[in-house]
Amino acid sequence: MEISKESLRLYIKMYQIRRAEERIIEHYREDEMKTPMHMSMGQEAVAVAVCHALGPKSQIFAFYRSHAVFLAKTEDPERFFGELYGKVTGTVHGKGGSMHLADPKAGLMCTSAVVASTIPLAVGAAFANKRKGNGLISCAYFGDGALEEGDFWESLNAACVMRLPVLFLCEDNGLAVHTRPEVRRGFKDITDVARQFECNVFHEDSTDVEVLYGVAREAIKAIQSSGRPSFLVIKCYRYLGHIGITDDFDVGYRSKAEYEERFKRDPLALQRKRLLSNGWTEARLGEEERRIDAQVEDSVRKAQAAPFPSPEELYTGVFHEAH
Amino acid sequence: MRRIDFCGAIREAMWQEMERDPTVFVYGIGVPTNDKIFGSVTGLAEKFGPDRCFDTPLSEEAMTGFGLGAAINGMRPIHVHIRVDFLLLAMNQLVNMVSTYSYSTRGQVKVPLVIRAIVGRGWGQGYQHSKSLHSYFAHVPGLKVILPTTPRDAKGLLISAIRDDNPVVFIEHRWLYWAIDEVPEDPFTIPLGQGNILRPGRDVTIVATSWMNIEALKAAEILEREGVSVEIVDPRTISPFDDTLVVESTRKTGHCIVADNDWVHCGFGAEVAARISEKCFGQLKSPVKRIGFAPTPCPTVRCLENEFYPNAVDIVRAVEEKLHLKPIDLSKEDFYSHERRFKGPF
Repeated sequence: MEISKESLRLYIKMYQIRRAEERIIEHYREDEMKTPMHMSMGQEAVAVAVCHALGPKSQIFAFYRSHAVFLAKTEDPERFFGELYGKVTGTVHGKGGSMHLADPKAGLMCTSAVVASTIPLAVGAAFANKRKGNGLISCAYFGDGALEEGDFWESLNAACVMRLPVLFLCEDNGLAVHTRPEVRRGFKDITDVARQFECNVFHEDSTDVEVLYGVAREAIKAIQSSGRPSFLVIKCYRYLGHIGITDDFDVGYRSKAEYEERFKRDPLALQRKRLLSNGWTEARLGEEERRIDAQVEDSVRKAQAAPFPSPEELYTGVFHEAH
Repeated sequence: MRRIDFCGAIREAMWQEMERDPTVFVYGIGVPTNDKIFGSVTGLAEKFGPDRCFDTPLSEEAMTGFGLGAAINGMRPIHVHIRVDFLLLAMNQLVNMVSTYSYSTRGQVKVPLVIRAIVGRGWGQGYQHSKSLHSYFAHVPGLKVILPTTPRDAKGLLISAIRDDNPVVFIEHRWLYWAIDEVPEDPFTIPLGQGNILRPGRDVTIVATSWMNIEALKAAEILEREGVSVEIVDPRTISPFDDTLVVESTRKTGHCIVADNDWVHCGFGAEVAARISEKCFGQLKSPVKRIGFAPTPCPTVRCLENEFYPNAVDIVRAVEEKLHLKPIDLSKEDFYSHERRFKGPF
């Protein structure tokens, strides 16, 4: 029963992300959410599994495709939509928007619109944690495009030589914007390269959130037992275009048939099926889903109704102010 | 009072802050090795251990983000660069991450990060070991930028920078390392954003940064013998820039020369000139004059380098022009020559 509850929790977190993004799609054309959206749809299992494995106290440093990781870490669609609508109910009163969703108190320390730029922060945070001896692990959460940036290589090297408790998590959807890896990379397999570094290397190609949760826990345990970083690559599939709320099959680099093939392995459908075969009835599951539907819908309405920030808000927070 | 040099003042500031606060640490390329960043970190590794004073991979960009990550997690890092030029490799972290982090949290998370960087000059430093770049950093909201001139200021401002809860870029001129001054032994702070009247005067205001204050002092000494009283204002902190002293002084003298240790075009001198134009327009007896590097990369060979850098002679000539004085005979003057003391290589 406990295992089943954990399974439900993982499913509900993914469901919340999926519903929230569906509401974005529904309302985006009203032009009230004026912020560039990089949708997580199709990749929900990665964020949910990794955040769950890391636990609530761990710090994550992520990037602009941040809807899934934000909701996985905070489970707070109210502030999520508040931020997307640019209202005072948002995380930073609309000053960050979709590309800079963060909630340091919940452990999502920042997200950057510049690829790979938050990775070194996770290494510095890991240094602080090691110095404090608090046993916490920080996580650099990035896409596979980051593998071509200097920040990634410099950070991996530094974390390995300094033996820091940091998880390098590569969410590999095989695309950087719209470019396939063969155009971008002079190496065959990143895990082979990473194995030359003094860290623990893991790789998983699955959309099963429980499989991913398992591998994330393994990667975390390896950090704890070896005192060295772990590097974990998870293959996933992006349903929509690099940016915006529509698919991009007309761009010409991938086909609808490819998507349809991948959709058969949809992470939500997989987990839902597992729950139903583990004793959850359609009715009970439906009840849980309706609860999330209502929560998400309510969050959208509240965000729409909330006020915009006052002009003074522009100047708030340029520097730290004592509270 | 006890007298020590600029380098010793910086070392003492770090030493005392590391003793006071266990979250302070110093790191950077080559920090605990060899010549200990010209002696400015001597003894820190031995006293505080390798966890608090350490070397890093040659990764300026990531190690800047590393400092940010540690700073937002309760540490007070001091990241040291033996040349300011290397900071260009970290501009993405500085401008996209460090300067915006506080804003990205509405000011809720502290970013107590200090970046020390040294300006090189002379004995063949050339165009990649001589830049100051302070106007680059000062242009960006969210960064504080300090250029100390005197050893006393170096200590007081560095302690303030370390205790500040925001990112501070602290730019040290290599030649100032030998400057000797009275410096209090006990820890003390100088508020960031406050200028200093380095020399009071009546006739002309010179606003100078970093090494150019030394050139301005020499010029003032020469001009004093000719009966001209020069007031030198050292802003010390150029971001945030409190222009009160500059404006008050210029209103008094009616003349202002900005001697900036940087290129003129789009530089800090332009900012000073604009502020004076805004606030002293009716009181000016002459237009603001800017003095700075020649608009070229810095050459290596000494004879061309001499042409590149502005000096006390340029300041004297600018004052003569403003006050309609006859050219002073400078042929017997003894000007600073770093070659008497600085034999390289760095």
